[in-house]
Amino acid sequence: MNTELIACMKKAAGNMRRNMLEMTLHAGANGAHIGGALSAADLMAVLYCGIMDRKGKGDHFVLSKGHCALVQYAALCETGAISKEELMTFEDNGGIFPAHPVMNDAIGIELSSGSLGLGLGFGIGLALADKKKHTEARTYVLLGNGECNEGSIWEAVMQAPKLKLDNLIGILDNNHLQLDGAPESIVPQSNIAENFRSFGWEVIEIDGHDIRTIYETLSHLEQDGRPKMIVADTIKGKGVSFMENQVRYHHAGLTQEQFEQAMEELNND
Amino acid sequence: MTNISNENVALWSRISSRKTFGLVLDELAYEHPELMVLVADVADSAGLGDFEKHHPEQFLNVGIAEQNMIAIAAGLAKSGYKVFAVSFAPFASMRCFEVLRTYLGYMNLDVTVVGIASGLSMGTGGNTHYGLEDLALPRTIPNMTVVSPADCTETVKATEALLEHKGPAYLRLTGVNGNQPVYKEDYDFRLGKAAKVREGTDVAIIATGTMVYESLRATRKLQKEGISCAILDMSTVKPLDEEALEEAFDSYRLVVTVEEHTLIGGLGSAAAEYKARYGKKTKLEMIGLPDSFEKAGTYAWMLDNQRLSARHLADRILEVYKTLG
Repeated sequence: MNTELIACMKKAAGNMRRNMLEMTLHAGANGAHIGGALSAADLMAVLYCGIMDRKGKGDHFVLSKGHCALVQYAALCETGAISKEELMTFEDNGGIFPAHPVMNDAIGIELSSGSLGLGLGFGIGLALADKKKHTEARTYVLLGNGECNEGSIWEAVMQAPKLKLDNLIGILDNNHLQLDGAPESIVPQSNIAENFRSFGWEVIEIDGHDIRTIYETLSHLEQDGRPKMIVADTIKGKGVSFMENQVRYHHAGLTQEQFEQAMEELNND
Repeated sequence: MTNISNENVALWSRISSRKTFGLVLDELAYEHPELMVLVADVADSAGLGDFEKHHPEQFLNVGIAEQNMIAIAAGLAKSGYKVFAVSFAPFASMRCFEVLRTYLGYMNLDVTVVGIASGLSMGTGGNTHYGLEDLALPRTIPNMTVVSPADCTETVKATEALLEHKGPAYLRLTGVNGNQPVYKEDYDFRLGKAAKVREGTDVAIIATGTMVYESLRATRKLQKEGISCAILDMSTVKPLDEEALEEAFDSYRLVVTVEEHTLIGGLGSAAAEYKARYGKKTKLEMIGLPDSFEKAGTYAWMLDNQRLSARHLADRILEVYKTLG
């Protein structure tokens, strides 16, 4: 079942991870938000290479966790919206691919993000407009667990069910870390799935690195009037052993040696 | 276009600028299917009760959640809607200020944020509910147009103009029930253009919001003292009408700005920036609210106590004019 597509998405996730490491190396001392980009790579590969129909149906993608722009850029490269050469201008002076994404309709970046906690509300606006226009488009919003500290996320969580936005799909990249460490010592999130559920969202908890599961889940969402929240259990830094679950790779640079080791691990994966 | 009749002008003055805004938007919505109105639990306060009844598909009450209101407004605007997002001035301008900057200014989206009951018009409500900074703050955001109508008629004209305007804007509504009209008949309103509401030869008073009418009243006393004042209604505070400012600084002995707003960052500051930028020598006197939280009271008491009522304006201008030598 969809074996070819699954293989294709897996390949895309691998390409994206390798490209993101190269972008991080390219950024030099400026570094990149590599940890949270690696945790979201499988989710993004499925969205961009298996789920979204941006040109046809007009599906929307909102990167609410805007600091992980490199994963969006890498996904755009996989779809051919931008070239590898363009991708490797990441964080260049005066370029169009800074650390936080800048709205660019020509290549499909719908939102200037980086200010956390607001993408879900923006997604409500897009999804509501689509309901009004009776389109089949869906709006996918990628959220970080850290940004769920923001009260504005919960303002949006409380609002969406009233509007019956079953075309709004939040995807929580729940990598269990944030800038200062583990949520338990900052804002505990052990009930986060239940928190969304209690406000009227359909919540589906999945392994955020299982490409087939992600794909099957996103392919079979019901149009039952409820907004969806996919709580994806992920690993920050996924795919590179020395980065996994390490908060210091929330934002970091790479030496040539580290880069080579990371690439070798990914190539052998 | 809304009919600027004597009956309407009288009605609007009775109900205040914020209720006029809601009333007029209800009518305009019939011709503007692309319009969406978002409120943060202020439908009644903004006179939008009828709008909600007549245009339920064009209305969304997001609850007391201003940040989310602006984020949703941005999403709707990105999808082609013309959005008005409404709350009380301090919450519309400050609670969600960073959202205005990043989601509206940065992305240059078509949303007009409406701050109702601004200035001191919340009277006994006190400082939590005053709009003291809402010219200064939106003025710092690139792409943002900042509009501050003098009265209810101008609120109607500005609302119509902002419906056609492209890009983010902040509409600041001042005044209470019974504020007298500056404009009793139709006139040519344009965003970014000041209107000369009184001719004069000695002093150019540049006012915005309710202070336009207060300045008009002040000129009666000044006229008796032999000082002839022109009054400019600077209804758009950003972008500034530099042509009008040039005329003010080059043709009068004294330029006075008057605003129901902190002296930091508002109309006076904008005029001072102009003066510095072009090296104008004419004396500039800035009248507005002090950099302090004052004791609350009724609107009329507040204006008088803050020396923004006509008699105080006249005294201040007279005093400064006498020092010119």
